[in-house]
Amino acid sequence: MSEWNPRILAILCNWCSYAGADLAGVSRIQYPPSIRVVRVPCSGRVDPLFILKSLQSGFDGVLVSGCHPGDCHYISGNYVARRRFAVLKPLLDFIGIEPDRVQFSWISAGEGERFAQVVSKVTEDIRRLGPAKRLVKKT
Amino acid sequence: MSVEMELRAAACRLLEEGTVDLFIGWERGSLPASAVPVFITDPADADRLVFDITCGTNPAVYFTKDHRQFDGKRVGLALKGCDSRAMVQNIMEKQVEREKVVMIGVPCRGVLDRRRVALAADGREVLELSDLGDAVRLSGRGFDVEAPREAILADSCLACAHPDASVADLFLGAPGGMEDAGERRLRRVREYEALSPAERWERTVLEYGKCIRCYACRNVCPSCYCEVCFVDQNDPRWIGGTCEITDTLIFHLIRNLHVAGRCVECGACARACPAGVDLLLLNRKVAIEVLERFGEEAGMEIGAKPIMADFREDEKQEFIMG
Repeated sequence: MSEWNPRILAILCNWCSYAGADLAGVSRIQYPPSIRVVRVPCSGRVDPLFILKSLQSGFDGVLVSGCHPGDCHYISGNYVARRRFAVLKPLLDFIGIEPDRVQFSWISAGEGERFAQVVSKVTEDIRRLGPAKRLVKKT
Repeated sequence: MSVEMELRAAACRLLEEGTVDLFIGWERGSLPASAVPVFITDPADADRLVFDITCGTNPAVYFTKDHRQFDGKRVGLALKGCDSRAMVQNIMEKQVEREKVVMIGVPCRGVLDRRRVALAADGREVLELSDLGDAVRLSGRGFDVEAPREAILADSCLACAHPDASVADLFLGAPGGMEDAGERRLRRVREYEALSPAERWERTVLEYGKCIRCYACRNVCPSCYCEVCFVDQNDPRWIGGTCEITDTLIFHLIRNLHVAGRCVECGACARACPAGVDLLLLNRKVAIEVLERFGEEAGMEIGAKPIMADFREDEKQEFIMG
């Protein structure tokens, strides 16, 4: 049987990481087909509820990616997002959710190569953890 | 003069002078050894005010649930350490105008937890409770016992880092009546962190699995005041209203993140919880994380920007992929 492929939700900022993903695509850079992309106007748009809801609905992991510090299209959206994630991540770890399931990165529109690397790394991390079980709602 | 007498005198004076239109404090409840909030407008009623170990309610909650309630009125209120911090948060978040409130700090030595009182009295009905300082005398039909103060104090108070008001126009009695037990709060969180992830998950599920989703914790919280709470919203309907564990956990996690940097750990949620869930566990973890990362605590001074709405460019970001 072929290797298990995790399903990962990638929440990407329109102004950087989303374009970075596009660049990876048009540059024909190979990366695992594990992500489903949601485009947001800014990483500051990302409510922790989106992340928890994704895990509950059966995603094996979530990747949130926005603009590098200092590069936010809206000046400070990513800084505020960073504070939010800085609390969310240890909180998930605290209750026993594997920290690697939820990851954050800064990827600019020019970093197609880096986008592919990040997706590969996140996919590898989550593959190692196996399918998500803890926060998944049983229907 | 006892603090209680000072409080009555202060409330009476403020109402008589017309400095405030309303005074919020505590009065004797109908159950023995209890206190309930009281709203006083007549100076003659100031004698009803009490202040002791039974005064648990955090009066800051009245300013956030209904904005019309105090429209145009000036309000005086008695505040324990946590209550004053909650008021400071309310003021910072523009829910209350600073000029419209007169904040009177009262020296807090902790408030009781009714469940722990019942335990200390072996389940017998306590008809009278007297505070002896380090101990509390509980008496009822056919019994009279002394319980150490620690045995009946609310969990929030046993691990309280700021027993005295952070901001007050007037402070009654002497501050510093209770020692800072913040260390104990840190220890609780560290003990939990020392467990393996699997153990933490198991314990979290057991603890929060007790939740019956009554939302008493949210309703009693002075920092919870969204017009439509995300759990009540049905378009989009973010989470199910069931007691299925993931629904319950997401409710508590998101509630904790919503009050991150705002929660003053007054413990009102834990005391209101009919299922006895250790709700402060997550609040403490978040508060400690916020303090360690951003160097600030909720409700310590007016004028500061709300912690989660603020940022520094050079903040630690080790959790972001390199």
